[in-house]
Amino acid sequence: MENLNSYLVISAVLFSIGTIGVLTRKNAIVIFMCIELMLNAVNLTFVAFSRHLGNLDGQVFVFFIMTVAAAEAAVGLALIIAFYNNKESIDVDDVNLMKW
Amino acid sequence: MFDNVWLIPLFPLIGFLINGLFGKKIKNEAVIGGIGTLMIFLSFLVSCGILMQMIGLPPEQRVFEKVVFPWIHSGHFKADMAFLIDPLSCIMIMVVTGVGTLIHLYSIGYMHGEEGFYRFFAYLNLFCMSMLLLVLGSNMLVMFIGWEGVGLCSYLLIGYYFHKKSAGDAAKKAFVMNRVGDFGFLIGLFTLYWWFGSNHNIWTVNFMEIKAASHLLPYGGVVTVATLCFFVGATGKSAQIPLFTWLPDAMEGPTPVSALIHAATMVTAGVYMIARMSFVFVKSPETMMVIAVIGAATAIFAATIGTAQNDIKRVLAYSTVSQLGFMFLAMGVGAFSAGIFHLMTHAFFKACLFLGSGSVIHSMHHALHKIHSHDDAQDMRNMGGLRSAMPITFVTFLVSTIAIAGIPGFSGFFSKDEILWQAFANPYHGDLNIVLWGTGAIAACFTAFYMFRLVFMTFFGESRINPKAKSYLHESPLVITIPLMVLGALAVVGGYIGMPKILGMLPNYFEHWLDPVFALATEYSHKYVSHAAHPSHALEWSLMGLSVVIALVGIGIAFTMYVKNTALPGKFVATFPALHRAVYNKWYVDELYDYLFVNPCKALGQFLWKGFDVVIIDGVVNGVANVVMGFSGIFRYLQSGYLYNYALSMALGVVVMLGYFIFK
Repeated sequence: MENLNSYLVISAVLFSIGTIGVLTRKNAIVIFMCIELMLNAVNLTFVAFSRHLGNLDGQVFVFFIMTVAAAEAAVGLALIIAFYNNKESIDVDDVNLMKW
Repeated sequence: MFDNVWLIPLFPLIGFLINGLFGKKIKNEAVIGGIGTLMIFLSFLVSCGILMQMIGLPPEQRVFEKVVFPWIHSGHFKADMAFLIDPLSCIMIMVVTGVGTLIHLYSIGYMHGEEGFYRFFAYLNLFCMSMLLLVLGSNMLVMFIGWEGVGLCSYLLIGYYFHKKSAGDAAKKAFVMNRVGDFGFLIGLFTLYWWFGSNHNIWTVNFMEIKAASHLLPYGGVVTVATLCFFVGATGKSAQIPLFTWLPDAMEGPTPVSALIHAATMVTAGVYMIARMSFVFVKSPETMMVIAVIGAATAIFAATIGTAQNDIKRVLAYSTVSQLGFMFLAMGVGAFSAGIFHLMTHAFFKACLFLGSGSVIHSMHHALHKIHSHDDAQDMRNMGGLRSAMPITFVTFLVSTIAIAGIPGFSGFFSKDEILWQAFANPYHGDLNIVLWGTGAIAACFTAFYMFRLVFMTFFGESRINPKAKSYLHESPLVITIPLMVLGALAVVGGYIGMPKILGMLPNYFEHWLDPVFALATEYSHKYVSHAAHPSHALEWSLMGLSVVIALVGIGIAFTMYVKNTALPGKFVATFPALHRAVYNKWYVDELYDYLFVNPCKALGQFLWKGFDVVIIDGVVNGVANVVMGFSGIFRYLQSGYLYNYALSMALGVVVMLGYFIFK
């Protein structure tokens, strides 16, 4: 547990995978999962620094982030279901009414 | 009784409110007409009471001001809703309410079965109220309310048959031309107010206060400016050159309206206004001359047009313009009481003439309607020989015609002759006086001619109406003939209260009655007019004889042309086609005004619409929108509709911001 760097590297890798997933995937659920991945990469950073610095503030932040992520998942899934009811699809390319 | 003067305008106002608000629900014509007539009759009774009380007072006490309520008090400025009773306004309220009552009564019969019967009576009552405010107002502002009110009612009543385009056009023309005059009235008012206020610290619009301070006014100068502005107002309201063309068109309104508004009352407002402020007008010799010249010119100009018109009401309309010219001529030569006297006698005989023509039109219209003919019921070429079918209308019409033509013994003779005599004898304008008199005398000859032409064409000779319709011609009902008979009687006897001194049978009550009102004006005129060399009685007698001869000549020509030798008019037209065309087309004044004022105004309007409004105003508004649209047209391509594009731009944005904070 002494090596902060390895945690940060894992976290950065996870975050990048999430980002690339959000940018490249079309399936709304997959994008959603990628966002969760990004959030949890950040959580990992917070916890690693908290441990390294001996300060609990970072862990408090993580709880907040998990709460917000839960709320976000609820709203997001509801949106996806509503969208699916209309279009029989959860492909984000079909969500394109608001364009030029 | 004087304290109750506020009742006089109040009654017609009540009538207006009842008929205007509930008339549509009442429906019953007898009730609506009865209310309208009763209200103005009540005003007439109050006016009679006031007249009686005034007769009982010595002449110098015959001025009374009744403040009904304070109206505008602001700084120096003070104007009350107040009424002024003096011999002049007394005569005016008697004429307005008396003739008004008769015409209301007549309208019950004439307007029978018309759509909007209640509307007609509501407007008529509103008109009477405005007219009474005009003549009773003790300051210029109250007078101005009435002045505008009668203009409005005139507009509403000319356009009574608003579904006819010609009626709507005539109403607009009357309103616009009156507005031109009203503008002059206002400027005159401001000028007088400003001059008294800034020079003598007398801030007033009250007639009696102006009269008391009128000795401060200079001769000419600012007074000329103010009075000329007032006179512009008078020309608009009283249809004088140059603002007279609206009155003949105003004949589009129902005939009782022509009788009440466009013959007896409203059009005399300009004459009344000059008489009311005689002490101001007389201080400007220049204005007096302008008034006299315009009056005489209008008298002869309108009279010539009247000789060639075929529409019975149009002849009477031009006759009215011409007679108003006589009144202004009287004002301009300082014969104020003679002018007001002619105003009164003219109200009687011209109202009778208009109502008589209405009776004829009513009968013609009825007869032509029965046989489904579309002939014009107002065209004298379709009439003729109506004497036997409509005896009462004929007799009253003939009596009034004799009165207007100036045959001795009838009212018109006394008043018109007095004006002509004073135009000759009052040396206001030096050598111009003889010209004024001559113009007036020739105009009188024309008057006799066209009026008897009208009578001969309408009532004498062979009937020219469609023979099938002839049996349907009949005399009008009593409700129409009673006002005719009363007015006809007044047209005869109305003149005896103002008989010239020289005839010696009766003192000139009328002039003595008005003396206190005009004494001050006469006194001011001594400054530039010497009344010393008064022409002899022999001259007055001979001029009087001459004017009778002139009238008889006019009648004689009409008799020759339209009864004895009916082929003559045709020959005359064939001999002078250009002259006839010019007179028939009213000397092309309307066309001239179209060319000079109407078309340039239209062109300016077109330019402001198509040039200024469409290009500049709309250009600015649309330009702003176009610029915004242009930019958004570029930026909208960012809105691709692909989620990953948005996500990528967010991510790049974060990278850029982080990079900035890390590497700065």
